[in-house]
Amino acid sequence: MDMLKKVPVKEQDAKERATNFKEVCLGYGEEEAVLEASRCLKCKNPRCQTGCPVSIDIPAFVKEVERRDFKEAYKVISKYSALPAVCGRVCPQETQCEAKCIRGIKGDPVSIGKLERFVADWAMEHGIHPEPPKYKNGKRVAIIGSGPSGLTCAGDLARDGFDVTIFEALHEPGGVLVYGIPEFRLPKERVVHHEIENVKALGVKIETNVVVGKSVTVDELLTEEGFDAVFIGSGAGLPKFMGIPGENANGVFSANEYLTRSNLMKAFDDSYDTPMIAGKNVAVVGGGNVAMDAARTALRLGANVHIVYRRSEKELPARAEEVHHAKEEGIVFDLLTNPVQIVTDEDGWVKGLECVRMELGEPDASGRRRPTVILGSNFTIEADTVIMALGTSPNPLIASTTEGLEVNSHGCIIAKEADGATTKKGVYAGGDAVTGAATVILAMGAGKAAARGIKEYLGETHI
Amino acid sequence: MYRITKKERLADNIYLMDVMAKRVAKSCYPGQFVIVRIDEKGERIPLTICDYNREEGRVTIAFQTVGASTKMMAEYKEGDSFLDFAGPLGRPSELIAMSEEELKRKKILFVAGGVGTAPVYPQIKWLKERGIETDCIIGARSSNLIILEEKMRKVAANVYITTDDGSKGFKGNVNDKIKDLIDREHKTYDLVVAIGPLVMMKFVTILTKAYGIKTIVSMNPIMVDGTGMCGACRLSVGGTIKFACVDGPEFDGHLVDFDQAMKRQQMYKTAEGRAKIRTIEGPDHKGCCGSDNG
Repeated sequence: MDMLKKVPVKEQDAKERATNFKEVCLGYGEEEAVLEASRCLKCKNPRCQTGCPVSIDIPAFVKEVERRDFKEAYKVISKYSALPAVCGRVCPQETQCEAKCIRGIKGDPVSIGKLERFVADWAMEHGIHPEPPKYKNGKRVAIIGSGPSGLTCAGDLARDGFDVTIFEALHEPGGVLVYGIPEFRLPKERVVHHEIENVKALGVKIETNVVVGKSVTVDELLTEEGFDAVFIGSGAGLPKFMGIPGENANGVFSANEYLTRSNLMKAFDDSYDTPMIAGKNVAVVGGGNVAMDAARTALRLGANVHIVYRRSEKELPARAEEVHHAKEEGIVFDLLTNPVQIVTDEDGWVKGLECVRMELGEPDASGRRRPTVILGSNFTIEADTVIMALGTSPNPLIASTTEGLEVNSHGCIIAKEADGATTKKGVYAGGDAVTGAATVILAMGAGKAAARGIKEYLGETHI
Repeated sequence: MYRITKKERLADNIYLMDVMAKRVAKSCYPGQFVIVRIDEKGERIPLTICDYNREEGRVTIAFQTVGASTKMMAEYKEGDSFLDFAGPLGRPSELIAMSEEELKRKKILFVAGGVGTAPVYPQIKWLKERGIETDCIIGARSSNLIILEEKMRKVAANVYITTDDGSKGFKGNVNDKIKDLIDREHKTYDLVVAIGPLVMMKFVTILTKAYGIKTIVSMNPIMVDGTGMCGACRLSVGGTIKFACVDGPEFDGHLVDFDQAMKRQQMYKTAEGRAKIRTIEGPDHKGCCGSDNG
């Protein structure tokens, strides 16, 4: 084999997958995984590990894969991550571990993400679960939100003997993993549900339908319900809108609404009661991963889909792999295009999306070239459905009901990066609630840091 | 699971249920709502809280059967359980935050329309428990749709029944009765709380604006999560976008864009809306529009 090239991974054919919700990437088989693992150079000073937000001992698990001891490989990963099957699928490895891989200097880096996924899936298929703690320390921790940061923090604490309860506002645990990321990228039953069961196997309890800040406050958890510490991982759930005319028209949705109806409420399945307007001609505004998810969902529901983004392809914030997949599936990219208004009919339904063409000027504060309007370039994209995927911000509910918990001007909870400590004693936070909308793995990293902070706070650092 | 301990049919298509939900009962206030999911495949149905008993951990809800989901809900019996019951959601009525002195100075008129009578009840009861007397108009098309009259008479100083067809009480709509009270009986009010169908609330606010009386309305638009996440429940209030689930459900009625809210309600709720979706999406439409959100 050509050691400079990674072992290619099988994918569902673009034409076929555009009409179903089955997973796009099919993952490595045993032989492929072993072969790919053999490309690892076993660096003395492994840089890949420094690129991982949860510091997985990558060379160690890759070595076990090469030795065909997949069970041991799973054990290595499990020490660091509660959600390997999720991370192997949705982490932006190309900017993290794989970006640091020495193999990548000349040729392709080792496919660390695909190997992680292989190990997690192998363990799943062989009924291997993480081992529950041998003893309990009697300290109780409440985790708010069952998304990536909450599950990670809960898993780490439970593994060290803490008595952990997760409070989830929705009816199903998983946070963005269940309401946001679609089935074709992250299978719900097979992967997400399974990983949550693994966290529960460590002794973590999950109480759904509890909206912290409404059903119970953080202060009540600490005083009345006897928790010794609280971790807030409530995410960034509030959708943004552009503020352009016509945005409240029928047929305009936030990406959150569109994806929640499809992913969490399973509106695409007729046997579920939640209705959904999937659209025939759909315009998705935005260029991030959420925009790609919404666009590819609409496509699978039978729509012609345009992605409207105000900068050029180079600036698209979505993962390259997602953009590539979206294009393969037939999604049209209207780049350097910005909406100015939503055109409606007399009954208040969407008829089109009026846009202007943009050009790139000088770099702005973000270092990206600032898009400016080309005057008089207005044109209308035919659309019956417009999906706004412009990012999200944290829900103010918890901060506004917790005495002494401070937020910054963006509404993000102020927490120390090293240990997740907030301005309130015994209360820790991490993930999108602190950073604003970011990635699954960064949230997991923050959940891990907070677990360390909580252990230290509760005097359990010796373990 | 959340057990139903009592079920009562209040009118033809309006039901009342007591549901055991400890956390909600402990922390809810008048004006807030819950989200109910009947079973694994059910919608998240937002319903305003009608009453609660903190000690017993019981919450009372009332609903009208308007679509597939609420019809299915009406099939549930005492002893059955709902799969999910989340809340309390939304902000409590702004009356709750006012001091008793402030409330005592106010003359408040409640205007309740149809199933909207249910969320009015806990507000009047809450005020009564603090010694504050209020008036309440209960309006419906016909006498068989008047609900909670007896309960209301126990807590409101005056209850006025109006029916469009004159089958009970005053003949006319709630606006006719408001005019009657103010113009003929020379009653004065400095706050109106109107809860009922959108069209009723719209016309009440037009009338009270002419009288110069501040008016609070409770909005119950389409929503999914009920926690601020989806934005489906957005509406224009004073020209800015508000989410009914977290900013409301109660708003200053004189600032709400009712025409837009009515258009948005068409989206899934009415036959017209569903027909529109079919014309957009054709016969292979994959959404399941046989149902509605409330």
